[in-house]
Amino acid sequence: MLKIETRQRLGTLNLETDLQLPASGVTALFGRSGSGKTSLINQLAGLSRPDSGRIQLNDQLLFDSRRRINLPPEKRRVGYVFQDARLFPHYRVRGNLLYGQRRRNPEKLARIVDLLGIGRLLERYPATLSGGEKQRVAIGRALLSDPQLLLMDEPLASLDLPRKRELLPWLERLAREVRLPILYVSHSLEEVLHLADRMVLLNSGQVVAQGPLEQVWQSEQLQPWLPAEQRSSLLQAEIAEHHPQYRLSALSLSDELRLWVPQLAHPPGRPVRLMVAAQDVSLCLQRPQQTSIRNILPARVKAIRPDPDGPTVQVELAVGRQTLFAAITHWALQELQLSTGQSLFAQLKSVSISQQDLAEPPTGTEQA
Amino acid sequence: MMLSAYEWEALQLSLRVSAVAVLFSLPLGIFFAWLLARRQFPGKALLDGLIHLPLVLPPVVVGYLLLVLMGRQGAIGSWLNDWFGLSFSFSWRGAALAAAVVSFPLMVRAIRLALEAVDSRLEQAARTLGASRAKVFLTITLPLTLPGILTGTLLAFARSLGEFGATISFVSNIPGETRTLPLAMFSFIETPGAEAEAARLCVIAILIALASLLISEWLTRLSRRRLEAAC
Repeated sequence: MLKIETRQRLGTLNLETDLQLPASGVTALFGRSGSGKTSLINQLAGLSRPDSGRIQLNDQLLFDSRRRINLPPEKRRVGYVFQDARLFPHYRVRGNLLYGQRRRNPEKLARIVDLLGIGRLLERYPATLSGGEKQRVAIGRALLSDPQLLLMDEPLASLDLPRKRELLPWLERLAREVRLPILYVSHSLEEVLHLADRMVLLNSGQVVAQGPLEQVWQSEQLQPWLPAEQRSSLLQAEIAEHHPQYRLSALSLSDELRLWVPQLAHPPGRPVRLMVAAQDVSLCLQRPQQTSIRNILPARVKAIRPDPDGPTVQVELAVGRQTLFAAITHWALQELQLSTGQSLFAQLKSVSISQQDLAEPPTGTEQA
Repeated sequence: MMLSAYEWEALQLSLRVSAVAVLFSLPLGIFFAWLLARRQFPGKALLDGLIHLPLVLPPVVVGYLLLVLMGRQGAIGSWLNDWFGLSFSFSWRGAALAAAVVSFPLMVRAIRLALEAVDSRLEQAARTLGASRAKVFLTITLPLTLPGILTGTLLAFARSLGEFGATISFVSNIPGETRTLPLAMFSFIETPGAEAEAARLCVIAILIALASLLISEWLTRLSRRRLEAAC
């Protein structure tokens, strides 16, 4: 359990936090650059000092301005994976991994080397590694220091797209297999979709929302605040069946509702998370006939939010028990004369959903 | 070219004086380089100036100051003599002290530059991995500074070999005790008809200076290559 309540003035930014994190699971710390994400985790690691407040990790006070407690970084047992891996150039990978180990534990080393797939790299120097490999070593190094909390500061941000795609599955494995609270800083919803089960939204140094991922994702604090092309819904589903001939899989939402998506590798029955971009959803007053669109879901309008400076209107829909966002134009809104409470049909092309939009939720989040 | 006993004595003395000078000033050099590179404190500019002073002062002034401070009657020298029986006057130890003082700024400069080039973010990373400040310094900062330390040490060594003015004013020119190569050469120049001997010493001085510069270059390249294999 991590409790943070701090204030720190950083130039023009006024960082104020009041957060509680559970003892395990991945919490995404989400926000624009300059919102104070890195400053916040630096406070936790002891690399920067809040002006006032307290930080408590499990039973230990890491910082308390009133009692004049400020543990140095090396006494906090807080692992930190930096954006730039920061491997020690004069140590081989093995030396880097062992740097923070308290006592020799070959078993743990073997387990972590295996978890991150870095066995081949042990005798190499950091200079010869790719960006993704460096990050994996950096994660292993942090885990081997036996932390009680792991901080990850946008570990994918410095990588190009292919390297990101290469590293993300390792992070998913990590999120599932490591029993450790992880605070994951990101400004990418795709990463959050794959890794997190809780989310904290930070804006200009203030915590504006925190809670289970689904709740924060769909919240009024997050969605309108995102740029139009990033607005999206998060749907919980289960793989119902595969259709090998068309290379599609059916996902069952609740209430007999089905969605066809590109074929998944997992067997039926597995839970999945699906990110649906608001701009991929279109609306229809009658059930469309003779259309190429495979996914037509009965829906009810919950709210209509015009975008003040853009051409789009954000329509919040109830689909079964879940929420779906659709972005349409002011023009379409006027022509269809939509109103709150109205029933209609939401359409979603199967091909607009890519493999990156689908993720297996980290364990223990199905009920979250 | 065979060395005469006299030349051999001067050469050996020069090497010993320079080696001792560098050996004793290295820990201090690292300390002051670290202080100047990493710490902020009042009087920092003044300290920086004081350390660099021997570089710009006439060597004879340095020698005079050493005489006043460290001589047997000097403020510090008499105290050292009374308590530890340590005397610098008219001994090779005084020559080593003069060489150390004069070469100190060169050493501090080189190490300081190398320290400033060490990425402090690596040190932060080490601390989040549970390393104390001391462990970080020994395992991260110092190894990454190694090329600079080598360069600084050899530069100081070469400067010590050439030291003349401060030595002769502090500990005079005593054969077998303080008559290093430059002082021996000075004696020959002063002696009528010893041009050939002076020339021989001149060649030896050039060869040694050249050798130490080449070794310095080679060591720097070696350690840099090791780091680059690493970075």
